[in-house]
Parts: sequence; C-alpha cells; structure tokens
Amino acid sequence: MMLRKRNLFVRNLRYITRMIHDEAITIGSEQDTKSPEYQENYVQMKCLVDKLKKTVEKIVEGGEYKARERHVKKGKLLPRERINTLLDATSPFLEFSQLAGFELYNNEEVPAGGIITGIGRVEGTECVIIANDPTVKGGTYYPITVKKQLRAQEIAEENHLPCIYLVDSGGANLSRQDEVFADKMHFGRSFYNQAIMSSNGIAQIAVVMGSCTAGGAYVPAMADENIIVGNQGTIFLAGPPLVKASTGEDVTAEDLGGAALHCRTSGVTDHYAVDDTHALYLARQVVKDLNRQRPMHVNVDKQVDIPLYPVDDIYGIVGTNLKRPYDVREVIARIVDGSRFREFKAQYGETLVTGFAKIYGYPVGIVANNGVLFSQSALKGTHFVQLCAQRKIPLIFLQNITGFMVGKDAEAGGIAKNGAKLVTAVACARVPKITVMIGGSYGAGNFGMCGRAYSPRFLYTWPNAKISVMGGEQAADVFAQITKQKYIRDGKQWTMEEEENLKRPLIERFERQGSPYYASARLWDDGVINPVDTRVVLGLSLSAALNAPIPESKFGIFRM
Amino acid sequence: MHLTGKIQIPILQCSMLISHRNLHVSKVISGQFNKILIANRGEIACRVARTAKRLGVKTVAVYSDVDKDSLHVEQADEAYFIGPAPSNQSYLRQDKIISVAKKSKCQAIHPGYGFLSENAEFAELCQKENITFIGPSADAIKNMGIKSTSKDMMIKAGVPVIAGYHGDAQSNESLLLEARKMGFPLMIKAVCGGGGKGMRIVLKESEFIEALESAKTESEKAFGDSAILLERYINNPRHIEVQIFADKHGNVVHMFERDCSIQRRHQKIIEEAPAPGISENLRSDLGATAVRAAKAVGYIGAGTVEFIMDCDRNSFYFMEMNTRLQVEHPITEAITGLDLVEWQLYVAAGEELPLKQAQINFQGHAFEARIYAEDPRRNFLPGAGKLSYMRIPEANNETIRVETGVREKDEVSIHYDPMIAKLIVWGKDREEALAILKSKLNDYNIAGLNTNIEFIKDLCSHSNFRQGQVHTGFIEEHFQELFRKLHVPNEVVAQAALALILYEDTHSLRSSFTTSDPFSPFATETGLRLNHTLTRTFSFNVCNDDIKVEVKYVEPEVYSMRINQIGPWRRVTGTLRKKENSLELCTEVGETITKTRIIKIYNKLHLFTKDREWQFNIPPIKFLHDLTKCQIKLDPCKALSPIPGFVEKLCVTKGDAVKIGDALLVINAMKMEHIVRASIDGIVEDVLCSTGDNVPKDKILIKLTQSVS
Repeated sequence: MMLRKRNLFVRNLRYITRMIHDEAITIGSEQDTKSPEYQENYVQMKCLVDKLKKTVEKIVEGGEYKARERHVKKGKLLPRERINTLLDATSPFLEFSQLAGFELYNNEEVPAGGIITGIGRVEGTECVIIANDPTVKGGTYYPITVKKQLRAQEIAEENHLPCIYLVDSGGANLSRQDEVFADKMHFGRSFYNQAIMSSNGIAQIAVVMGSCTAGGAYVPAMADENIIVGNQGTIFLAGPPLVKASTGEDVTAEDLGGAALHCRTSGVTDHYAVDDTHALYLARQVVKDLNRQRPMHVNVDKQVDIPLYPVDDIYGIVGTNLKRPYDVREVIARIVDGSRFREFKAQYGETLVTGFAKIYGYPVGIVANNGVLFSQSALKGTHFVQLCAQRKIPLIFLQNITGFMVGKDAEAGGIAKNGAKLVTAVACARVPKITVMIGGSYGAGNFGMCGRAYSPRFLYTWPNAKISVMGGEQAADVFAQITKQKYIRDGKQWTMEEEENLKRPLIERFERQGSPYYASARLWDDGVINPVDTRVVLGLSLSAALNAPIPESKFGIFRM
Repeated sequence: MHLTGKIQIPILQCSMLISHRNLHVSKVISGQFNKILIANRGEIACRVARTAKRLGVKTVAVYSDVDKDSLHVEQADEAYFIGPAPSNQSYLRQDKIISVAKKSKCQAIHPGYGFLSENAEFAELCQKENITFIGPSADAIKNMGIKSTSKDMMIKAGVPVIAGYHGDAQSNESLLLEARKMGFPLMIKAVCGGGGKGMRIVLKESEFIEALESAKTESEKAFGDSAILLERYINNPRHIEVQIFADKHGNVVHMFERDCSIQRRHQKIIEEAPAPGISENLRSDLGATAVRAAKAVGYIGAGTVEFIMDCDRNSFYFMEMNTRLQVEHPITEAITGLDLVEWQLYVAAGEELPLKQAQINFQGHAFEARIYAEDPRRNFLPGAGKLSYMRIPEANNETIRVETGVREKDEVSIHYDPMIAKLIVWGKDREEALAILKSKLNDYNIAGLNTNIEFIKDLCSHSNFRQGQVHTGFIEEHFQELFRKLHVPNEVVAQAALALILYEDTHSLRSSFTTSDPFSPFATETGLRLNHTLTRTFSFNVCNDDIKVEVKYVEPEVYSMRINQIGPWRRVTGTLRKKENSLELCTEVGETITKTRIIKIYNKLHLFTKDREWQFNIPPIKFLHDLTKCQIKLDPCKALSPIPGFVEKLCVTKGDAVKIGDALLVINAMKMEHIVRASIDGIVEDVLCSTGDNVPKDKILIKLTQSVS
C-alpha cells in the first residue's frame, strides 16, 4: 500500500530503526484485509478522504484565476509560494482550517477563509505563519478571516511560537463591517494579541508584501521587526482615495506609504526588500537572530519506531458507519511508535481506553473512547488525566463518543458527578492537550473528551466524524415525542406520516450541521485531516506544543 | 653479475611492471647513490621518488612557497624550501638546487622533465660541483637543443630528415629547382615566419611560382624580409617517438615506439604504445634508426627520438631528440615491463644497461591519458584552483596506473603546468586497452575545477580513434563531432532534482540530530502538506540550457517530476548514501535503478553518471541581482548633509566641473569630519551654503548638473 508511512531515507541513515521488543506492551493485530467488512469500510473511508483531498486541492489554488493571474503579473509570489519560500525547504507545513469559510457565505467563495495559517520551521524554529491571500476578495477580512487569524495567534501564544505575518490585505470587508470590527473577538483583538505576545517574548514579525490599510497598518506597526517590499508594499492609515476625500490632497500610494517613505523617513518599517523572495529571505534572517532556545521539557526517545501495522488499515477498521463498533486499540496501534501502548487500568471502566505511548519519540498519555462512558470509565479517565498532569505528559484525546450513559441506574450511580470529575480534570490539566475527533462527538461526551470549549492546543477532525448536541435521529425522536404529546393534549390526530414529515428535515439538518465540513468551515476545529496522517499531525502538533514550558496543574473541586 | 636478478624481467607475463619485482639492489647503486635530489615537483617527482625508495635510495625534495604541503614533499625523505612560487625563483634556480643537494649530501640530481631537465648549463654545473646529473651529458643536451646542429648530425649518421631547402639562393628559378628535387607536395615557409604568415602549401609544380611569389610578398609585408625556405609537406602527419637508452659503456637499446599524435596546441593528450598500424619491419626500422641517432651524438641515459611520420608514404623523418625522461614514459614501461627510472639510476651510477636489445620485448598495448585542469570547450583554456573533490580509479600494478602529484583538496597552482594526473592502462591488445581506458576515465571524477576528462572520453570513443586513424590534426579535423552541443537527458535532470531534495533532507536531519529534539516530524517528514501535495520548481543551467523541473511531493520520499513543463510526470524515488568521499545517488525512475555519484560545490551540482559528468549550475536567486536597487534612489544631482553639523570647508564653487567621488564640501559634526562627495560627473550648478553654516540633516547643500556625455 502506498499510504504506508516509511522513511527510507531516515532508515538508511540508521537514525531511526525499527525494533520490535517489549512485546508485552505492543497492541493491535494484523487485519484480514480480504474480509468484506474491511473492504467495505476501506472503500467508504477512502471515498471521504478522496473527497477531502479534492476539496482542499481546489481551496489551495486560492482565489479566482483572473485574480491570481493579475497578482503574478505584478511579480508577486502567490501566498502559498510565499510560505514555501519562507519555510525551510524541507519543512512540513501544519496548516490549520483549510476548510474555513467553506460554503459559509452562500454564493461567496472564500477559499481557506482568505487567510492561510499554520506552523512551519523557519531556520529550524517553529513559527506560526499568517498569510493573507490577496487573490481572495483582495485579501479583505471576512468574519471567518478574523476568526482564523485570532485562532492562529492563540496557537502562537499558547505554544510560544514566533508569529510571522505576510501582510497583503485590503483591510476589513466593508460590507460586513458589523461582524468584524467592534466585538471582543473581532479585528482589534489581533493587535491586542500582538502587544501581549510581544510582551511575553513571543516575536512578532511582519512582512509587508502588499497593502496594509487602516487597521491593517497596525500589523507591521505592532510588530517587533518588520520588512517591506519596495514599490509593492504600502502602509497607511488612510489610502489615497480617503486622503483625497478628507483633505483634498492628491498623493500616490507609494508616496503616501511606500517602502522608501517608511524605511527612510517614517521609520515604520525596518528592512527594505527588492521583491517577495528577498523579503522572505530577510524574514528568515530575522528569525535566525531571535536567539531562541528550545529546552525539552519531556524525555524524548533516543530512537523512533514506526507503527507495526500499515497505517491505512485505519480505513478498513474504522469505516464510516459510526454505529459499527471496533476496538480503538487498533487505531492507537497505528498511531503510536512501535505500536507500543502501556495501558492503564485495562480491566476497569473498559469503555474508555487510557495509557502511555510515544509519538515521534514524544511521551503522550492517550485517552480514547471505546463505547459509551459509564461512571467507572469517567473515574478512570479522571485518574489518568491527573497522572499525566502530575507527570507533565501531553494528552491525546481520541474522541468517538455518543455521550455519558443515561438511564435510572446510571443516574443513581452518580454519572453526573463522575462525568463532572472528568470534565474538571480535563479542563484543569495544563499539559498540552490535543484532540482528534475520530467518530461521533455528541453531548457532554464532547466536553469530557476535551472538545473545542476545553481549549485543547489543537483539535483535528476525521472526515467521518459527526459533531452535534445529540444524534440526529435521537433529536428527531425527542422532538416527535414532544410534538405528539402536544397533539394528544390538543386532542388532534397524530399520524405516522406527520411524524415522518416532522423528523426528516430535522434529521437532515443535524446531518448537515454535524458534518466535519460544516464544523471546520466555522472553525470548530483546526482542520479536517486524513486518518492516515493522524500520527504525523499529532507529531507535528506535539513538536509545536513543546515549545512552551509545561506549567503545574491545579485542579478544582472534584465532587465526591 | 650483479644484474642476474633483473635479467628475468622481460619474461614477465603481464607487463605493467613496477615495484613488485623482488630485485636485489645493485651494490653500485647503494654504494654510489644512497641519496638523490629530485629537482622537480608534481607527479614526476613522486614517480621518481617511488622507484628510488624501492631501490633503497633516499630522496630529497625541493619545494616552493605554494608546494609546502604537496604530495611530492610528503613522499620524499627530506624536503627543502627553495623560494617563491614562480619557477624562475624556485625550481629553475640552479644555485639553490645545488646548494640543497650539497647541504643534504645528495650524490645525484634527478631533474624529472621540464624545468632543468634539458638545461645544459645545469648539467655542467652539476658536473663541476661533483654531483651526478641523472641525464645525458651537457654536450648532448646542447647539440640536440639546437635544431640545425641536430639535423646536420642526423643527416651525417644517415637518419632520415625531412627534406627541405634552407639555402641562400632565393631566386624563383633556383627555388623551383630545389622544389623539383624535393618533390611535391611541399611547403613554402617564411624564414622569419610565424602564425602561418608567408606559408603556402603547394600540391603540384604548376602552382609553385604563383604561391612562391605571394608568400614572398606576404612575408615581406609581415616581417620585412622575403626570404623563404622549402620543406616537404606531410599531409596528416603522425607523431611517433622511440624510447632509447644508452649507458657509458657504449650500449644503446631502444624500447619501441610510442604514438603521440593526439595533440592540442602542440601538447599531447593521449599517447599509446606501440603505435597502431605499424608493421614489424617499420617498427624495427624505427628502433634501429633511433639507436643510430643516439649513437651519433654519443648519447647517455634515457632519451626519446621523435619522428614525424608520413602515413601516405609510410616513411618517417627525424624531428628532434628529447634528452630527458618523457611524460609518457609509463606506456613504454607498461608494454616492456621495465622501470625506466631504475634504468636511469643504473646508467647514472655508471653501470651497464640491465638488458641487451634482444632481451627487450613488448607485450600488449598501453594508453596514457593526460588529465589537465582546462576547459576544452573554451579553447582548452588552462584552469587552476582547488580540487574540491577527486575520485581516482583504483590502480593495480598490472593494468591500471595513476601518476599524480595531487590529492583531493590540493590546489592546482597557476604557476605550474596544469596537468593533474596521468592515467595509464594496459590491455592485451589495443581494443582491450581502450576499453579499460574508457571505463577507468569514468571512474576519474574531479570537481572544483574544469578538466578535460569528458573530452578525452569523447576522443577515445571517436570511431576514427578506435580504428587507430590518428594524426596530429585529429582534433581540428573532427572538431564538429568532438565538440557537438550536449543535451542533458531527462533522466539525468530528474537525478539532479532528486539529489538536491535529498541533500536538503540530509541537511535537515543532520542539523536536527544535534538538537534536544532530534526526531521532530518538522525535521523528518520533509515537504509534508496536509490534504494536498507540495509542488516546487527547481531551476538549473546545464550546458548553457535553462532547465526547469517541477517536483510534486506525492508521498513520503516519492516524487513526481516533470521537466520544462512538457512530457509526462515521472515517478522518482531514491536514496543518497555516503560512499567513500562522495555521495552515491540511487535513483529509481519507473522500473530502472540508476547509480550516480554526486558532489555539490557551492552552486554547482556535479553528476557523474555511468557515461559522463554533467554539471548543473544552480542559478543565483534573482534578488541578488536586484540588490543594488535596495539602495533607495536619491537624486544624485543633490548633495545633502549626511548629519546635522556645520560646514567646515567648501571644496567647489559654482560652475566647477566635478567627477564622481570628488569632495564637494566638508561638514564638521560632533568633532568628526564628514566629506560630502559628488555622486555623478557634472557641473556645480549652485552652492546653497557657505562656510560656517549650521546645517540640519538632509539639507540640500550643493546642486549639480549632470554632464552630457
């Protein structure tokens, strides 16, 4: 299978060797790849992955052809070329929320939300890159653009990563000014973040490669060190048309806020570049001189083994039918180094799998759903999360949860307070937390398993996932029952047909809104990923997260 | 009887001799010479030292400034500094060399070739200082050095000399008479001639007078002298030479001939022994004639009698005699199994030649290729510089020999001959030897400076060369084929792109290993993008063609490549491994695996494929060209104050003409003087300040008008 991750080159250098030992803690099993179930699952998941790739491939093209052509003709690099040029040639780019803005604004397409964000290495230093895409509506800020930029800044702040802004934007999208300007988490927050990050020693570097008008002018102005491209980048609070309108002054953009002015006279910018490539080269030099050190706060393995089983088995194991159960250990076996997993409390609360493993040599504690959460499972999860917090081991949540157990027995057993313990532990644990939604994410299960509201450092979704307050069918059943009772109270006739008509649109709406595309378009996650990339995405996220020291955790009251 | 050990030499089966024979060392040698000075450098100094060492003779090297760390110094037992790099201040300084010889108590001096090897004065000086000069007598050198003297001596000894008329009778009639005597075709040359001026080739008698007159006129115009001479014209001549050896006891032998016809700018590139297409009769005739020539001048030691051969008539003529060991002597050693340096030492020690003529035989065929630092495609422009990378074919004493005076990382100095090495191969016949030569040239990889290796490969692959149809005009005749425009194959381009990618990967991993975070996927999962593939474009310049390669990172370590935006996307994968001092790139394209040696020096990627070297130039980033623009343009007509201060002195007044860099005025600020200079050639249009003025920064002080040129 081509999808198997192998690193021939690395293997040749003998730095990473595949060694099989510690058999006692290796998990997983060979899959019967010929079985109809495996095959069916495989094909269905592959379909979803192919659709995802096709969608993203279109998105990474950027704006419309004409806009791109116009951009390139000016001698500018396209935003993704800029990122490739800025990053170390070999560096991966852990891109966030490619689906941002996807089918969000009815007939307006905003590929990637008009802004490209992600983490890559620049001169060996992991940095958050925030690049406007001027080929998408002139790089103007839609609400989702603002949200995506703020999220990238949040990632930078939490993980202590320098920020590099590749600015080329027409500023706020005027037709949506009410959604981007005034609120706490609107445009202004971006500059607040810059100031706060700078004060915390998180470098803010801006490269002005196009216009930076009005509010946009503050991106370079708030930066620690900045670069501007000559005869291309401009910075001003008011552009020539507004100047003309306000003061009657006739002035060109270049004279008003070009590189020559800002490098020589105003001092708004520090470095003058002759073109995009030069500007990005200068940005790399700036990063080189950040004098950053990277102390490792965890023990990293001296060697890294790849999983024992083909990674794309995940397709055949998981499939797309959320009702079909499988053992989540088979997934873990295809994510962690050498498929080694030291399970914690294996015989207790079996619907939650917890244990220790390594990913790219980094230690992790894994919390994974293997069925509905019972009191026991919640207690076990709480214990394990506390262990990891105490030991400062990053936590990985593999979320596939229909919710906490309901019913008389469960309530009597204190499922509410036990679930609350898990929620408390997850909320208070200050180790890096990374969540992957690998299946369903419903109700309070989302909270206990470190959903978006619990501020995991990163949250990714598989294309087969479903996110909603409850399952569509259950919601429809609840709604139908309530309506039926109302009908009965009113003495009206309740027909099966009526019930169908009531339920169908609701199920459809839940189906649509539960889709990972819907979620990711609204930035409820940091991106939809191919399940076979899970290991590398987690590795990259851990690598980034470990830039920040791991603080002590302090837990709230656990209701006993 | 001290030679008994050596008598068996010619019976050697495989003839590529040297060092392995278990010789018992002549008592005369160890008695007379226990230490010799080698008055040379480079490969020949190393080569002489090797034989001396084998014979138990100590060696003393001399070196100039730039040669201190060179191989010949390393290989000698002692070494002495003799002066600066230019050879007239070091290797040609007879006094210094003699004084080193005395200081180090050497009994003899081996001059090698070049430098002092054919310097009669030096040979005399040695004799005077009672040091044995390993070479012929000063008289022999002198006689052979003067062309006319040597020719006369040869004519007397019955050695054929190229027919010609060098007389004073310059009338058309008498010259025609001489021409008739000589026969046609013939050549008319200006006595003072050079550069082809006043030179005519006359194919038949009817053309003679007309050609003669035009030659005379041209000569008169060019040199102010119309005297001409006549010479037999040889069409496509071959350069054939015979190795001879003579001792002080009257013994003279020859060691068969060498063909050195393949030359550029009168320097040999490929030599072979025996000469191809020479009949047994002709061969023995050549040998006997050479011996006769040597005897005629009372020659002693190793020498070479050069002949020019007329292929059309199967006849040869004496050209000159070289009174030294030749560069190409190893091919004679290869076919005869003899060590000529060893013989030189015996002869110099006054011993008899180790073998009689009848005992000297030859076997098989040998080639020598001279590897030069030069650029054949730029008219063989000699080069110099660092041998950043050098891979030498594995030598065995039987069929492959490499004579070199340099190692990897050594400099090829501008002060000396740009020859890097000689590759000598032996095969049981010409075909086999040629095959070995080609294959071993493939193993000879040099990067850091241009060499003629690829050119030699092209030469010896030429069908006429394969058939032994060599002559001194070979390169000119086949210029078009030898210097055809090269087009790099697409597979090789893919290899170059892959090599760059793998280089980057290696670098990334290497730099990651030293950190606290060695396996971060940011370092190991190169080029990863989520849900799409990274596409990059690599630009190269190869053989003056610009090439672009688009590369898609389709899977870990698997790439899809397309060249120049046309043709199919090819799936490429591979590995880069360290092998000896270079990297071996293993490329898998489709079903084929190719191995290529790779070396990258700055912006040049060298690929040594199975049949040739390709140099990929990586063009510099565009902005480097544009960086001058980085200086924000100021109006060059206005001289501004660079700093707030006061005008201390005005150097110009209105109307003065100034040139770029001329001082306009001096500003004094913070006790420092700042000179404001003109940035254009022009006229002072206006002076806007006067001495003592306080000026702010960036005030216009002087206006200039640009001169119209």
